[in-house]
Amino acid sequence: MDSTTWIGIVSICASAICMAIGAIAPALGEAKAIQQALSSIAQQPDEAGAISRTLFIGLAMIESIAIYCLVISIILIFANPFWSHAIAKPGG
Amino acid sequence: MEITPDHIVLFQWNGFHLNATIAYTWAVMALLVALSWLATRGIRLEGPRSRWQNVMEAVVLAIRGQVREVSGGAGGDGCLPFIGALFLFIAVSNELHAVPGWHAPTGSLSTTAALALCVAFSVPIYGIRKAGLKHYLSHYLSPVFFMFPIHMISEISRTIALAVRLFGNIMSGSMVVALLLVIAPLFFPVLIQALDLIIGLIQAYIFAILAMVYIAAAVRNEDETQPEQSS
Repeated sequence: MDSTTWIGIVSICASAICMAIGAIAPALGEAKAIQQALSSIAQQPDEAGAISRTLFIGLAMIESIAIYCLVISIILIFANPFWSHAIAKPGG
Repeated sequence: MEITPDHIVLFQWNGFHLNATIAYTWAVMALLVALSWLATRGIRLEGPRSRWQNVMEAVVLAIRGQVREVSGGAGGDGCLPFIGALFLFIAVSNELHAVPGWHAPTGSLSTTAALALCVAFSVPIYGIRKAGLKHYLSHYLSPVFFMFPIHMISEISRTIALAVRLFGNIMSGSMVVALLLVIAPLFFPVLIQALDLIIGLIQAYIFAILAMVYIAAAVRNEDETQPEQSS
């Protein structure tokens, strides 16, 4: 197989692995954060405003890790720099 | 497939490219300015208020309430115009996603990087305004001087995180809709677009609140190191 095919295969597999592993850890982290926040709100309903605001900020922080993985996956699939390089080079 | 509206050139003249990001940013700015001008035209303190003024007062009061909650008191009112502008710009440009043919300017990394740079530069500005240049810079060397690179890395990484978070959320939203249009047209894209509207509003809120948290942290640092200035 020529290099273009290899680049395609490796890019798709890499983006799939990146998205899969990159979604697991933030999902666990967000689950833990929401669980703690819910039990805190159940114990102290008066503090619901402060707790949920902090929860939103924390969720945004955690979620940005998953978003990094998503951006890298999307770049690998739709705007792959290695692929463009190999296509632009004459003869693959 | 376009992953950023930067590549869509709407107008070209003598090497000057007007891409979709700039055009739609101008559209959002024009919309916001026109709405504010209409609302503040007949503004008054006494007597019956116009409906426009009521709406604008509700918006400003809601933003001020959030800013005060984060900054802990009325001390954060100095950055209310900045935070409010950030929130309104991002929220309007995300929510106009419901308009057909709209490319949200926040779906471009250029726009979000510019917004994040605004936040990155406004943090030292507000910190220095609160406690002076020397005291602000001294917090970079606390607790010991070799923590300086760590402080710098934290400032840079949180700026990049701000930009990439907003860009990733908005760009992935429009991209998922485009993919679903190919796979399952007619019904599912509408649901996902409704979800995108919520996500857009939440991201605008998170961007503004994070900017406020960073500014409040810089200002609060000065309070701890300089207790006599806080009174």
